[in-house]
Amino acid sequence: MAEDSSALDRGAPVFKASMQWRRLKSHFFVVLGLLSVLLGIVTLLVLLADVIIQSTGWLDWQFFTSFDSRFPERAGIKAALFGTLYMMVFTMLMAVPLGVMTAIYLEEYAGDNWFTQFIQVNIANLAGVPSIVYGLLGLQVFVRWMEMGRSVLAGSCTMALLILPIIIVASREAIRAVPPSMREASFAVGASKWETVRHHVLPYALPGMLTGAILAAARAIGETAPLITIGALTFVPFLPEHPLDRFTVLPIQIFNWVSRAQSEFHDLAAAGIIVLLVVLIALNSVAIYLRQRLRTRY
Amino acid sequence: MTAPVRMSRRRFTFAAAGLAGFVLLAACGGDDGDTEGELKGDIIVDGSSTVFPITMAAAEEFSLKHSGVRVSVGVSGTGGGFKKFAAGETDISDASRPIKPSEAEAIAAAGFEYIEIPVAYDGLTVVVNPENDWVACLTVDELKKMWEPAAQRTITNWNQIRDGFPDLPLDLFAPGVDSGTFDYFTEAIVGAAQSSRGDFQASEDDNVLVTGVSGSRSAIGYFGLSYYVENTDKVRGVPIDSGNGTCVEPTFATVADGSYQPLSRPIFIYVRKDAAERPEVDAFIKYYLSPEFTPLISSPEVGYVQLSNELYAALTQRFADRVNGTLWPNGAEVGASLDRYMQ
Repeated sequence: MAEDSSALDRGAPVFKASMQWRRLKSHFFVVLGLLSVLLGIVTLLVLLADVIIQSTGWLDWQFFTSFDSRFPERAGIKAALFGTLYMMVFTMLMAVPLGVMTAIYLEEYAGDNWFTQFIQVNIANLAGVPSIVYGLLGLQVFVRWMEMGRSVLAGSCTMALLILPIIIVASREAIRAVPPSMREASFAVGASKWETVRHHVLPYALPGMLTGAILAAARAIGETAPLITIGALTFVPFLPEHPLDRFTVLPIQIFNWVSRAQSEFHDLAAAGIIVLLVVLIALNSVAIYLRQRLRTRY
Repeated sequence: MTAPVRMSRRRFTFAAAGLAGFVLLAACGGDDGDTEGELKGDIIVDGSSTVFPITMAAAEEFSLKHSGVRVSVGVSGTGGGFKKFAAGETDISDASRPIKPSEAEAIAAAGFEYIEIPVAYDGLTVVVNPENDWVACLTVDELKKMWEPAAQRTITNWNQIRDGFPDLPLDLFAPGVDSGTFDYFTEAIVGAAQSSRGDFQASEDDNVLVTGVSGSRSAIGYFGLSYYVENTDKVRGVPIDSGNGTCVEPTFATVADGSYQPLSRPIFIYVRKDAAERPEVDAFIKYYLSPEFTPLISSPEVGYVQLSNELYAALTQRFADRVNGTLWPNGAEVGASLDRYMQ
């Protein structure tokens, strides 16, 4: 004890001097952190403000109820908006059940052998594959071999593949967060493996799975490259009537308007960007709401 | 124990809501097929982004008259469009240059025949910054000196182009190497398609080129005439001397009368012969070439140069006769006349 305090005494002046320096470093870090936060936010705000100013006057009812036109004042986003909604419905119908079932199998049933590990490594890798690669795959497999043509269904299948790894990874995390004690309790009262998964693991993991699925959907909505590759069209003056019909989506419509010569179309593109942003924010809000609401129940 | 059961019901509700949404969407889509005209069917067009505004305008106007016909237009580029055309995936292919022999072979190998139709002229415009006060006119030789492959890293200053030009760095802007515009410019100026210096700022989006040239006093670039006429406040078009001593301004008029050389070119559509037998495709092409539509090609919304009425009449006749194949056996030619379609 005595030795300690004497060591402190001896070190006191040195310690005081360095204290100032340490405080400085501490402040410096706060300022640095704040600056990086501001950099992101200010950039975003400037972009947003720019888009909002550019789109003023263009975001009216007519914009939502019209197809594209060579007259900017007559052009609208109907085909793209519905194309995006259609595609997302099919994509989620395919990707969510597949992803959740894969995750349940990998977490609850699969043994820890080389095959499972091989699959796990591959899923993690797939999540990082550039989206254009999925487009090329979709073009060959869905559009050409399976003869779906350049349809909503082909686009949905491609998008489903694209977001499948994200859903699987998120669902596995959610399942892994279920405490083993819940499974053990279920087994202890005589429940089978399936009953345990069905009544205890799944409900507990659901909020996490839903969040993952919705964030994956948000990613798919903003994707352009794979859809251009499989041949989503640019000028589509009609709504898709069946899953094998031709279609366009919001990002492609926006891209097309941005590249037009007439500057009014650039304003239209800004209006389209706002629609896309609103759809994305709505989806993300739903994800947050679900997570909050469902999680508090357990 | 009750909570999990309630949960599962909730999950079912989500699935049901999703399904209901889908059915609703499908129902919404279904009620769009009311037909007043007798024609019905789908026409699938793809290809060059340069021809896109014209075909889109034709599709828009045509569907006002025939609401049962659904015309969709894609933008895969001239080459990408011909690939889909050869695969039988499209009925009509937009092309900003004549078909290449290799593309024609691929289409023939797939067992298809096609009808070639030039639909308009496009002019390529060489542009400089509005503050550029030293360039009044440029010759083809000067442009070649500026853009040929040998210029890379050696021709970097305006004073190397002509004596009397100021000592300012050359800021070069041009379309990306995949575009038909780049193909044609290099063919017409340097002498071989795709033959260009590589040290320039490239963009597939002509609006980016406009911004680039308008942002630098010593900049020079080139892109389609329709982008120039929309941006005359931001960039200045340079008159071109094709070698005979007269400088020709890039305007719709000079492109139309053929005096703006060598940077004006015809642009095309290609119709698959078996598709042309379908009444809706036949009607669409005839409308495309009719006096009712062709004046719209030079409207500001479309922005290209229409051909002469006699030529459109001859082309309509050629289409009605289903004349097969290309009149450009060796691909694009510089400064070529369209009189060959008049016979």
